[in-house]
Amino acid sequence: MFKIVKKRELTPVTKLFVVEAPMVAKKALPGQFVIVRVTESGERIPLTIADYDAGAGTVTIVVQEVGKTSRLLGALPEGDRILDFVGPLGKPAPLIDRGLVVLVGGGFGVAPIYPIAKALKAKGVKVVSIIGARTKDLLILEEEMRGVSDELLVATDDGSKGHKGFVTDVLKQLIDEGRKIDQVIAIGPMVMMRAVARTTEPYKLKTLVSVDPIMVDGTGMCGACRLTVGGEVKFACVDGPIFDAHKVDFDEAVRRGRMYLPEQELAVKRMESSCAGGGCTCGGGH
Amino acid sequence: MSQDTTKKKPVKRPRAEMPAQDPKERIRNFNEVALGYDEETAVAEAERCLQCKNAACVEGCPVDVRIPEFVAKIRDRDFQAAYDLIKDTNSLPAICGRVCPQETQCEAKCVLGKKGEPVAIGRLERAAADWAMARSDRVKPELPEPNGKKVAVVGSGPAGLTCAGDLAKMGYKVTVFEALHAPGGVLIYGIPEFRLPKRIVAEEIKALSDLGVDVVCDVVVGKTITVDDLFAEGYDAVFLGTGAGLPMFMGIPGETLNGVYSANEFLTRTNLMKAYLFPEWDTPIKVGRRVAVVGGGNVAMDSVRCALRLGAEEAIIVYRRSEAEMPARAEEVHHAKEEGVIFRTLTNPVRVLGNEEGWVTGLECVRMELGEPDESGRRRPIPIEGSEFVLEVDTVVIAIGTTPNPLVSQTTPGLEVNRKGCLITRDESGLTTRDLVWAGGDAVTGAATVIEAMGAGKRAAAAIDKVLQGKG
Ligand SMILES: Cc1cc2nc3c(=O)[nH]c(=O)nc-3n(C[C@H](O)[C@H](O)[C@H](O)COP(=O)(O)OP(=O)(O)OC[C@H]3O[C@@H](n4cnc5c(N)ncnc54)[C@H](O)[C@@H]3O)c2cc1C
Ligand code: SF4
Ligand code: FES
Repeated sequence: MFKIVKKRELTPVTKLFVVEAPMVAKKALPGQFVIVRVTESGERIPLTIADYDAGAGTVTIVVQEVGKTSRLLGALPEGDRILDFVGPLGKPAPLIDRGLVVLVGGGFGVAPIYPIAKALKAKGVKVVSIIGARTKDLLILEEEMRGVSDELLVATDDGSKGHKGFVTDVLKQLIDEGRKIDQVIAIGPMVMMRAVARTTEPYKLKTLVSVDPIMVDGTGMCGACRLTVGGEVKFACVDGPIFDAHKVDFDEAVRRGRMYLPEQELAVKRMESSCAGGGCTCGGGH
Repeated sequence: MSQDTTKKKPVKRPRAEMPAQDPKERIRNFNEVALGYDEETAVAEAERCLQCKNAACVEGCPVDVRIPEFVAKIRDRDFQAAYDLIKDTNSLPAICGRVCPQETQCEAKCVLGKKGEPVAIGRLERAAADWAMARSDRVKPELPEPNGKKVAVVGSGPAGLTCAGDLAKMGYKVTVFEALHAPGGVLIYGIPEFRLPKRIVAEEIKALSDLGVDVVCDVVVGKTITVDDLFAEGYDAVFLGTGAGLPMFMGIPGETLNGVYSANEFLTRTNLMKAYLFPEWDTPIKVGRRVAVVGGGNVAMDSVRCALRLGAEEAIIVYRRSEAEMPARAEEVHHAKEEGVIFRTLTNPVRVLGNEEGWVTGLECVRMELGEPDESGRRRPIPIEGSEFVLEVDTVVIAIGTTPNPLVSQTTPGLEVNRKGCLITRDESGLTTRDLVWAGGDAVTGAATVIEAMGAGKRAAAAIDKVLQGKG
C-alpha cells in the first residue's frame, strides 16, 4: 500500500497526488511512468510520473478523471493509500545536453512535461514551454512550469488566457520566427501530439512524443500497448513511452486507444447509478 | 500398519475415469472441469499398480517422485503418508497433479501402459494432495533456527516459490520480489481457474508465508531495483525465476488491429484481472462471436477454452502442424474437443483482415502439408500454394510462444543470455554467469513446464545453501 501524503485539486477533474513510494522515487527519471491499481477488483492503469523526490521518497502523479479507475483514484483523500503503485516503468526521456528545447504540454499532459523541463533546466538547456487547455480553468501547473522554463507561452482554445487557439499555432509561430530549436517534446492527448508532429515534420525538427496506449502489466508481458513506429511494432511500456513523433502511426494509436470505450462508459454509468444514493465518496456521483 | 504392503496383489481393472463437469454446463462457468477422484476411486486405481521393483515411472518424473511407494500408501488408505512421500521431492503436488503432462512423463513409462492403460499417477497425486489440503488443521511448520543469511528470489512462479520454500526451511531469510500485484507467476495469470483453482495457488503462497518468506509484489527487478542493488542491500545470493513472459507475434499484416490479442494479454485479462466478471470487476475483454486461437500448446488450449466461457459461439484452434504434433497435454485437447472447440490443423495464418474502423473481421489462412522433420524432430509444415482461405472471426488470439523478459539481464552486468534470450547457466544447479546469482525455470529453458521449473528451483536452493555455507 502506498500512502498519499499530499493531494491537490488542479481542476475539478484533475488531481495531483504526492505518493510515498521510496523505491520508485529512488529510480524515477523524467518520461517514465507507474502502473496503479486502486481496488482489489480494479484495473491496472498507467500514469506518467509528474515529479519525484528521492530524498523524501515520494512520487507525484496527476490524474485526469475519465474512466472508473481514474475517478476512484481521484476520489481518494490525503492520508489514504493506493493499493498498487509499480514503477518506474518505460525508458526515460532522452534529453539533450545543450541548445534549445521547446516543450509542448496539452491538457493534463502538462504534468509529465514538468519533470522533463526541470531536468533540462538543471542541465542548462534553454527551455521554452507552451502549455495549453480548452479554457483557462483547465490549465494546470502554470506557475510550476514558469519556474522551470526560460519562457512560458500559453494557449487556450477559447482565448480565455494567452493565445486563442492551439498550442501548435504558438509552436509554428516560434519556428517561423526563425528560432534555432534543437528538439521539441510534446505530451498531451493523442490528437494534439499528432498535430504537433504534423507541424514540425516539414521543418525536419526532431520531435518526441509520449504515447499513452492501453496497458495491462507495463513490463512487456502482454502486448496490449503495441503500436507501430517507423513501420515496426513496438511495445510502448518497454520500448517507449517516448518515441520519434514523425514515425508514430497516430491513426492506429488513436484507434487502439478507443478499443474499450463502450466498456468504459458502462463502468462509469454503473458507478454513477450506484453512487446516486449519496454518502458514497467514490467520486462517481458528482 | 506394519504389514508388508508390497505383497498385496495388484488388481486388474480398467483405469478409473476422472469425473468431470458436463461439457455443456462447464462452458458457461469458470469452475474446475476435472473434479478429482474420491477416496474409493483413488484406492481402486492405486490397486492397479504393479509395484515394480525398478519402477520405470520414476524415471519419467523430472523430480523423482517415489511413485510406487506413494501409490501403495493410497492403496492402503494412508493418504497422509502418501502426501508426505510426494512432498519429499515435489513441493507443489496439488498443482502438479493437475497440470503436469503425465502422458509424456511418468505415465508414458508405466509398464501397464505397454499393453493397456497406465496407472493414473497424476490423478492419484492430486487425490493425495487434495486430501491433505482439505484438512485445514494443517500445523504451522516449525521454523528452523535462522542462519543469518538473506536470499532474494525474483519472480513468484513455480521456480521462485520452490526455491524460496526450500531455502526458508534451511533457515535462510528469503524475500520474493514479484512484478505483478499478485504472486504465482503463470499459475495465477496464465492457467485458468477451470484448470487450476486459484485457491490452491493461494494455499501454496500461504504455506510460504508460514515459513517466514516475505513476498513483496509490485517490484519489477531491473526497474524498481536492480540485482546489484539487492547485493548492496545485504542479500547473500539471488535466484532468478523470472519465467518466459514476452509474447511472440507472427509478424503478419493486421496484427495491430483491434481484436488481436497475445495469449498472454487474453489470459491475463481473463485470469489475473478476472475479466469474466466484468463489470463487477473493472477489466474488460473483447470476445466476439467467433474467435480464432493460433497455436497448439497448453496456452492455446487455455485461451480457446476461455474464449468459449467468455461467450464465443465458435472457438477455433488454428495450428500449422497436425494434431499428433500438438504440444498441449492430451487431456486439454480432449476437454477442448468435448467443449466443442473446432480444430483447424495444418492451417497457418497469413494475414489478419479488418474493417474500416480497424476491427478484426477475419483471418486469412493457408493450408499446410507436412514435409521432412525439422530440428525439433517434428515434420516441418509447408504451405500448399493457392490454398488460401478466410476464416471469418471477430477476435484473434496469438498463442505461438513466449521468450524470457530481458528486464533483468539488460540491467545486470555480467549476466549473459543466449540468442533466444534465455539466461545462460554454468552448471546443473543453475548458477548463471554472475557469481552468487542462480536462475531456473522458463527464464533458463524457455517456455517449459511447471514441474521442470519447480525442479530447477529445488536444485538451485540446494546449491545456494552449499555455497553460502562454504560447503561447495
Ligand atoms: C497459459 C499457460 C498454460 C500452461 N499450462 C501448463 C500445464 O498445463 N502444465 C505445465 O507443466 N506447464 C504449463 N505451462 C507452463 C508453465 O506454467 C511454466 O513452465 C512455469 O510456470 C514456469 O515457471 P517459472 O517459475 O519459471 O516462471 P513463471 O511462472 O513465468 O513466473 C515468473 C514470475 O516472475 C515474474 N517476473 C518476471 N520478471 C520479473 C522481474 N523483472 N521482476 C520481478 N518479477 C518478475 C513474473 O511476473 C512471474 O510472476 C503453461 C503456461 C501458460 C502460459
Ligand atoms: S511403472 Fe506403473 S505399475 Fe510400475 S510402479 Fe510405476 S505406476 Fe506402478
Ligand atoms: S502493457 Fe503489457 S506489454 Fe506493454
